[in-house]
Amino acid sequence: MKKLLLLGDEAIAQGAIDVGLSGVFAYPGTPSTEITEYIRASQEAKDKGIVAEWSANEKTAMETALGMSYAGKKAMVCMKHVGLNVAADAFMNAAITGSHGGLVVVSADDPSMHSSQNEQDSRFFGKFAQIPVLEPSNQQEAYDMTYYSFLLSEKLGTPVLMRITTRLAHSRSGVIRKEILPQNNLSLPSDLKQFVLLPSIARKQYNTLISKQRIFEQESTESGHNHFIEGKDKSMGIIACGISYNYLLENYTQQTIPYPVLKISQYPVEKTLVKKLYDEVESILILEEGYPILEELIRGLLDEGKKIKGRMDGTLPRTGELNPNYVAKALGMNYEEGYDIPKTLKARPPVLCDGCSHWDSYYALNEALEPYSKGRVLSDIGCYTLGALPPLNAINSCVDMGASITMAIGAAEAGLVPAVAVIGDSTFTHSGMTGLLDAVNRKVPITVMLLDNSTTAMTGGQDSPGFGHLESIIKGLGVEEEHIRIIKPLRRHHEENVAIIKEEISYNGVSVVIPRRECVQTLAKRMKLKHAKDKMQKESQSSK
Amino acid sequence: MPKIKCKKNLKVANNKKTKRMKKDIILAGVGGQGILTIATIIGMAALSEDLQLKQAEVHGMSQRGGDVQSHLRISSDPIASDLIPEGGADLIISVEPMEALRYFNMLNKKSGWLISSINPFKNIKDYPELEDILKEIWKLPRYVTLDADKMAREQGSIRAANIVVLGAASPYLGLKESSLKEAIKTLFGKKGQDLIDLNLKAFDAGKEFSLNSNS
Repeated sequence: MKKLLLLGDEAIAQGAIDVGLSGVFAYPGTPSTEITEYIRASQEAKDKGIVAEWSANEKTAMETALGMSYAGKKAMVCMKHVGLNVAADAFMNAAITGSHGGLVVVSADDPSMHSSQNEQDSRFFGKFAQIPVLEPSNQQEAYDMTYYSFLLSEKLGTPVLMRITTRLAHSRSGVIRKEILPQNNLSLPSDLKQFVLLPSIARKQYNTLISKQRIFEQESTESGHNHFIEGKDKSMGIIACGISYNYLLENYTQQTIPYPVLKISQYPVEKTLVKKLYDEVESILILEEGYPILEELIRGLLDEGKKIKGRMDGTLPRTGELNPNYVAKALGMNYEEGYDIPKTLKARPPVLCDGCSHWDSYYALNEALEPYSKGRVLSDIGCYTLGALPPLNAINSCVDMGASITMAIGAAEAGLVPAVAVIGDSTFTHSGMTGLLDAVNRKVPITVMLLDNSTTAMTGGQDSPGFGHLESIIKGLGVEEEHIRIIKPLRRHHEENVAIIKEEISYNGVSVVIPRRECVQTLAKRMKLKHAKDKMQKESQSSK
Repeated sequence: MPKIKCKKNLKVANNKKTKRMKKDIILAGVGGQGILTIATIIGMAALSEDLQLKQAEVHGMSQRGGDVQSHLRISSDPIASDLIPEGGADLIISVEPMEALRYFNMLNKKSGWLISSINPFKNIKDYPELEDILKEIWKLPRYVTLDADKMAREQGSIRAANIVVLGAASPYLGLKESSLKEAIKTLFGKKGQDLIDLNLKAFDAGKEFSLNSNS
């Protein structure tokens, strides 16, 4: 079969399609977005009637996938690592209910925080939920292990977590496909109380999960995803998890690795494999992309065994993603360095696009807040977070999806009045609505700047779930109609916009100002598409 | 007679595809400048020559006018890491001069080439003097610097500047010119013959400049 050139994300998507997926649900987030985008764009998926939808947030996506699993079909839910925090309630409890149709949760971690606010390691979440975790090292494995995960999930009746990191998610390579399997038929679990987590049933279900732990460990070895590679030099043994295995191989392109190696791509890890390595070598080097999870386990609290090298003793950096050079250093190898980076070079941080509506919104907000002391703007996650940087210096927080409104409430209740929340349209429907309800119920004097560019812009312009009915949502939550103000964020409306924002800031209650103008990126895309369509129409007319 | 024999042997060697090759390429620029187009063309050409490929891209926040890079690795043998090791790049292709400096540490000191446009993209206040940037590049033993914007304009549109830079890099890619041109035709195929011609001319202009500047 011909190789497909796929991103790691796309390999996961294709693997899911081929194993008989019926639905994928997700909220976009770098580096996970391209999984769902691929399935949404796939003609094959359309022909098969695979449901591929953006959900309001990761929790609703996780629950929808669980519902599809309940109905007997294979379902996948995709998110970035911090999205799993949002989905955590559903995720943790899905481990207790177990699955019916295959259920795979994909969490894409972002070590080095290329596009994120932390670098949490989703393998911890897998351990927390006590379910199997897969961690592919390359695109082919991403495909194969997704395929396998669905079958494993159905075999053992458990959700499976697929953990990838940025490099694999966004790197392209050749992938060979497997046999294409049909989708499952609609069917319900044989025990119709399996998903009823009343305490009495939950206790039973939890015991079932615990009793499967040993099977999960055995599976990790029997699947071949964790395997031992012999080596003659016993002065050191190497444990390489996920993508770090590639960085190890990279340092031995011309030769075989002299040390015994344990390649790990599935958790929980069986003790026997580690014990075999530990017993035959003098020291162990542990390579992990993310937190030193295995390293902590193997060292133990007392750490009095054989010498162990890894992220915890400084052999490898404690934070950030690994690369071939860090691994070379850890192996005690020298490598040819490149040239020094000239001091002439300057940093080039990302900026809002030319013509972006956020510029005009922030210019107006900054001016409206001029009479007050600084530090009153609590913000959120999206393109507009770039408003924290010069020249705007317009916002004072970015913590998690939705935290702008709720932090503004807290700050206002502490006496910081006026307090302003800045949040985007997609972030508002993701996690801002409930906070706004709190504010309304308690009549807290905050002004919410709801920057409406009618898309989920930062991740590439996915549909915004509140599009077309933001005002009715806000009204429905109880914000007074006269304090919902829609403005046009354009330079020529600047004075008027400043005046409106000032009015609402001085109002002693909840007010929402909505600067509304389409994202310039999606606008450009839309226009391009329109031109192409017009051109096609013209051509077909002239050919008639 | 001996001459003919020699040619025959060469042909046989090519047919067997015994030629081993490896090129590690850093593509550099600013979000939106079209480095992924260059990566796609090189990737398609490499695949048409039955080579292995890995290509790490930047998506997400940095795409908004920040510095972006792509690690593109092509080889006749399996490729392990998605990232090129420091000091290991055979080629840095930059569509912006200051961005070329950002990856100096990646360049192979023994054999690496740097190909860069000299057309600054200024979206920061403290952008250095172009002269100071070029001084640094010209210290390297192997480089090609070119006014890609001007050359693209001469061929019909400044939008083909990235393809001019690709053309300038083409003698050092270890790929056949014909496979690169086929890839350009395929990639721009949907957009009409005019755009194909423009990009092929842009490619040739870059290539000619590159060959002449280092002959």
